[in-house]
Amino acid sequence: MKEQIRKVIKEHGHLSVDPETLADDADLYQAGMTSHASVNVMIALEDAFDVEFLDSMLKRSVFESIDSIAAALTEVGVSA
Amino acid sequence: MSVATDADTALLDGVRRIADEVAAVHADEVDKEARFPAETIEALRAEGALSALVPQGLGGLEASLEAVARSCFELGRRCGAAGMVFAMHQIQVACMVDHRGEGAAWFDDFLRELVTKQRLVASITSEVGTGGDMGSSIAAVTENDAGEASFEKQAPTVSYGPYADAFLTTLRRSPDAEPGDQVAVLTRREQMEMVRQGTWDPLGMRGTCSPGFVAKATFAVDQVLPVPFSTVSAETMTPVSHILWSQVWLGIATDAFDRARAFTKAAAKRKPGEPPSGAVRLSELMAELSLLRAEVGLALREYCDLRRGDRARLSEMATILRFNNLKIAASEQAPKVCQQALGVCGIVGYKNDTPFSVGRHLRDAMSARLMVANERIHGTDASLILIAKDV
Repeated sequence: MKEQIRKVIKEHGHLSVDPETLADDADLYQAGMTSHASVNVMIALEDAFDVEFLDSMLKRSVFESIDSIAAALTEVGVSA
Repeated sequence: MSVATDADTALLDGVRRIADEVAAVHADEVDKEARFPAETIEALRAEGALSALVPQGLGGLEASLEAVARSCFELGRRCGAAGMVFAMHQIQVACMVDHRGEGAAWFDDFLRELVTKQRLVASITSEVGTGGDMGSSIAAVTENDAGEASFEKQAPTVSYGPYADAFLTTLRRSPDAEPGDQVAVLTRREQMEMVRQGTWDPLGMRGTCSPGFVAKATFAVDQVLPVPFSTVSAETMTPVSHILWSQVWLGIATDAFDRARAFTKAAAKRKPGEPPSGAVRLSELMAELSLLRAEVGLALREYCDLRRGDRARLSEMATILRFNNLKIAASEQAPKVCQQALGVCGIVGYKNDTPFSVGRHLRDAMSARLMVANERIHGTDASLILIAKDV
């Protein structure tokens, strides 16, 4: 799952570094992801994993790291 | 809505009196001369109203946000500029109260001082070169070896910058931080060098005295709010700004309506038995005002409910959209009401020196859509709508 998350972030996150070099718990916003890019990441994640995030999950903190994104995906039924 | 406490009643009684006896008296002169509403702010100081939101444990009034919102309405009704200065100050105080963290000695001391000395706090959030995006900064907090920090920021506007005692400034966390990795820093004027840039001669809200500045400061690292600015902004600064600004705009629009009604009444008295020609237009105006009042009132209740209840929801995109919608709706509806009031009053409303003048109201209300440009907010919302579910 984390490989696919990295792929989505690489395509849509517009980070200033390569997501491959980021630790799972690294802060994506500190790595240059803007609020606008984070929305594109969310949309691409819903598409890639064929899920819908709940409104309660759609907040900055849920998308701040690969770990937190993986936890959110698990919560909506994606299996590791 | 919570039951009004003694603190709320005391605040509102004082602010209403100041609005009627001080702000109303000087409003036209403040507007004409584009000067700071000094008498009104002094009266609010004497009333202790600048520390309305400070917790009682630090000596403040600890009034509710509802009472502060109502105060913004009352002041806006009599002098839009004074109402806006008061609103903006309360926004900065709310950010400190909400986000200073447990046992933050520096901020607790500052808030105590704010109570005893009635310090006026402004913000330095806009920055030359960011294209109006409050969520990104160029200037950064730079720490030196002595454990102190400094910044230099070029701000295109600093509302009541020449008159504030302290400033809440957004900055990048460090010189190597990304533009969106921001913090907020509170500095006293004594710690700063403020170099004014350019003039202040705008269309409306002239008394807010908001020229540009180059701001430099040297400060202790514990003057940085301990949470990321993105949290301060999402939970407090943005929604509270939209709520308190919209109360000021509602106040301005309400006074424009009152003047249109007074004009129509005077016309009716001159020709008893005949319905005055403007009466139907006045009724249409009332309907537009009631739309504005409904949205502004509902948004206040929803935000206060969220703060008291499920605070985690304040950061959700659906919530961000909700309070962005308030800003867009109120900032477009308020000038519409003022313009329709002008239509009712005609030339007597267009002239600046009659009891039915609404030119100041219209000009003040037209600033609303520029305070964080509606186009920018629409841009943000356009992307959030695509992902948020229940909006």
